[in-house]
Amino acid sequence: MKVGIPREVDPLERRVAAVPQSIRKLRDMGFEILVERSAGQGAEFTDDQYTEVGATIVNDTAIWSESDLIIKVKPPTPDEVAMMQEGTCIVSFIQPADNTELLEALAAKKATVIGMDCVPRITRAQKMDALSAMAGVAGYRAVIEAAHAYPRYFAGQMTAAGRVDPAKILIIGGGVAGLAALGTARGLGAIVRAFDTRLAVKEQVESLGGEFLELDFEESGEGEGGYAKVMSDAFLEAEMALFAQQAIDVDIIITTAIIPGREAPTLITAGMVESMKEGSVIVDVAAEKGGNCALTVANEKIVHHGVTVIGYTDLVSRMSILSSRLYASTLIKMIEEMGGAEDFTIDRENDVVRGALVMEQGEITWPPPRVEEVKPPPYAKDYGSRPMPDSEADEAAAREAAATGGMWKALGLIGAILLALVIGFWAPMSFVEHFTVFVLACFIGWQVVWNVSPALHTPLMSVTNAISGIIILGGMLHLSTTATTAAIVFGAFAVFFATINISGGFLVTRRMLAMFRK
Amino acid sequence: MYDADNLATAGTPTMSLAEAAAAAGGDSFVTIAYLVAAVLFIMSLGGLSKQETAGRGNMYGIVGMILALGVAIFSAEVNRYGILAIAMIPALIGGSWLAVRVKMTEMPQLVALLHSFVGIAAVLVGFASFLDPHGGMTPAELTVHQIEVYIGICIGAITFTGSVIACLKLHGALSGKPLMLPARHLLNLVGLVITVLLGIWFLSSEATSTGVVLLVIATILTGVLGAHLVAAIGGADMPVVVSMLNSYSGWAAAAAGFMLGNDLLIITGALVGSSGAILSYIMCRGMNRSFVSVILGGFGTAEGTVSVATEGAQGDVIKISADDTADEMRSARSVVIVPGYGMAVAQAQHALAEVTRKLRDADITVRFAIHPVAGRLPGHMNVLLAEAGIPYDIVLEMDEINDDLPNTDLVLVIGANDIVNPDAEDNPNSPIAGMPVLQVWKSRMVVVMKRSMATGYAGVENPLFFKENTRMLFGDARDNTDAMLGGLRGS
Repeated sequence: MKVGIPREVDPLERRVAAVPQSIRKLRDMGFEILVERSAGQGAEFTDDQYTEVGATIVNDTAIWSESDLIIKVKPPTPDEVAMMQEGTCIVSFIQPADNTELLEALAAKKATVIGMDCVPRITRAQKMDALSAMAGVAGYRAVIEAAHAYPRYFAGQMTAAGRVDPAKILIIGGGVAGLAALGTARGLGAIVRAFDTRLAVKEQVESLGGEFLELDFEESGEGEGGYAKVMSDAFLEAEMALFAQQAIDVDIIITTAIIPGREAPTLITAGMVESMKEGSVIVDVAAEKGGNCALTVANEKIVHHGVTVIGYTDLVSRMSILSSRLYASTLIKMIEEMGGAEDFTIDRENDVVRGALVMEQGEITWPPPRVEEVKPPPYAKDYGSRPMPDSEADEAAAREAAATGGMWKALGLIGAILLALVIGFWAPMSFVEHFTVFVLACFIGWQVVWNVSPALHTPLMSVTNAISGIIILGGMLHLSTTATTAAIVFGAFAVFFATINISGGFLVTRRMLAMFRK
Repeated sequence: MYDADNLATAGTPTMSLAEAAAAAGGDSFVTIAYLVAAVLFIMSLGGLSKQETAGRGNMYGIVGMILALGVAIFSAEVNRYGILAIAMIPALIGGSWLAVRVKMTEMPQLVALLHSFVGIAAVLVGFASFLDPHGGMTPAELTVHQIEVYIGICIGAITFTGSVIACLKLHGALSGKPLMLPARHLLNLVGLVITVLLGIWFLSSEATSTGVVLLVIATILTGVLGAHLVAAIGGADMPVVVSMLNSYSGWAAAAAGFMLGNDLLIITGALVGSSGAILSYIMCRGMNRSFVSVILGGFGTAEGTVSVATEGAQGDVIKISADDTADEMRSARSVVIVPGYGMAVAQAQHALAEVTRKLRDADITVRFAIHPVAGRLPGHMNVLLAEAGIPYDIVLEMDEINDDLPNTDLVLVIGANDIVNPDAEDNPNSPIAGMPVLQVWKSRMVVVMKRSMATGYAGVENPLFFKENTRMLFGDARDNTDAMLGGLRGS
């Protein structure tokens, strides 16, 4: 089976769908690999690097007409679809909701299409979640772009020349991109606030050291599949009031609010931008979907009233080496899920494949039927939400157990003393003498052995094996003094076994100890 | 018998030495020599507390043993040198052969086998002691002696059969699964009661022949009891079983000492007995289980299944290849390796040592984390790692390394399961809740080498495998370690 990796035609797209590392994996899966000339250029991978790991370098027509499976980043262009042979399988970002014409063209070619942006958000599919992987990169880069454009420090400092306040950053949208931005900005020393319609995000924001802004409003925006949903008007009003108030205070706003299959909501109005301090920066990560800021111009950095508004749509491509690698890895996981080269199948029973399947043999299968999300058992949550009274009860139980334990100990001690007294009252002197020695030896053994390092427990055991061979004395005496044949035989056997212990025990200990070295 | 006669005559000149010794001080001389031997034994155990002094400790033991045996052999009480030689010389050769030949992975079996020898020796000494005419005892002394014989034989028999079963289980000749007879606790209890009743009968019996018959019955009964007790205990509880049998073998030796009125035997038995008891206690604490619950056996059968059902599906694991693991190791700054019984089974320690050397050559910090109950014998992992030439100062105990795990880049778990299960801390309903575990999940990344997704000994699902920072490397531990080594060499 041939897999083709075309060069991305979009001039802003610097990513590539396969890196040398992932080519090796494809080869191991049994694929024959075609890579278009200079496909990896944008991500700094040379053609030689691809040929080294077993790929064949070809031109664009060969890629599209010979491959059984095409993996790429951006949805295919009409030109590319035209070059494609019938029945090809394509795995790439598709955005089926926005690309009806593309779907029609692909259907005409009886194509099978897997949308990497359609991978269901279930636990099992996390390793194939290309959107999240890319969003993380975008979030990081957004902060870096903001820092680049921002004419001050992120971290506060006390210098001889005066005090520098830390930058205040507002992050709108607490998805993967927002959280990545939050972590990055915190790392640079800024004060970070974050807002999201989904209250569930609060914990994550706070765990990353951000402050979660809340509206005094009862409505959660948790939509299907963990994405945000459209909110009510009253809610939006309260939200806008919050942003207007924040815009005056903060230095940087990073917006990442996207609702699947819709235009990005406008959250930052021109008025808000104008109310911001001179030198402030807005990075609109949602620029590709129209932007969260009214003034955003896609792929441009504009300055309005001294406020820089960045609308780059290629944030991820600006980190092309990393993002190519991450994207390639999710692709590999997806292809593995589909059976690799040998058993490559479209299994509609597989919930991950079904979710991502946009078209099979020209038949449009998107959107997929709704699947109940299988939530992983929330271990941490269960534990965290364990009611306090419970642990108090546990403690009480433990105290009680300790008390009864103490009682048993006391009883045991009393019993031992009574037993000793009974023995003393009744037993002959010769026994008592030996018994004294025995009890004292137990205590000595107890004291001595406690200090033994756990690493030496095995040698300790073999040494005790050896010295308990001292029971040989018993055998020796009986074999010598007695006149009874049976006793002699028993004694001799006892000597035999005990001797094995003595020689075996000491020698094996010696052998082991010789192995321990620094 | 030619050889024996020869040896017997060869021994004659030394008789005069014994006579000389007897003339010089007789009984006191022997007693003092035994006292010195006892002190040397104590110093021997003391010496084993640290690696630096362990070799010396073993020497003390050897010197003490030679002293005690030398004095005993040349004392007036021992004379049948021919028989003694016949019994001792093959055993010396056999014991040495065993010690030299045994593989380090087979140490658990060897230790169990040696326990069984002490047990059978105690039984034999008990019978010999009973058959030996014991004149000159007061009636009270005679009764005490009878009790000592009876107890010595019973403990000896339990130790013997228990150790034999343990040895066979550890060797794989018997299944490691616990044998679950219906009403097994009742069976044990009945066995114990009958043993006590037989003992009372034995004390009141006048004729030697009746006594012998009763002793034989008691031996068989306690033998079956010992075998059944150990058969009911599963594979991973073996560290407790072996240390318990170690303890029993000590008590058996001490009982023999009481029969003979020999303080050296009593002291040695007591030392070994308490040493084994401490080890058992440490092992139980390592599993957060009471000694009684381990000894009663059958763990991981009933409670385990319930828990599995409630946890249900936990999502998907992420696999990794040996090559990628090698890559991850190479890019890590610190690596911690957690070995378990699976490493011993796959004999992966030598390849692992090679991996360790490669990583250390590349200035990567490599350490080993040993859980108290990893393996089938207390300290088993340490011996295997030492055998493979891994320096002992990078082999750390659980308490020493747990705090460092959050700063560790990569943890490699080889053939261990329950000892790295986060449920022990997070899930109060888990059967292993409260067991101290290695907190490997706190590190940046965990690679778990495992044969398949089967549950561990305790029969509990391990949520570690489903964590985001966990990668699973399936397959034979040895093959995978070799492949990793290949990956590291290829760089």
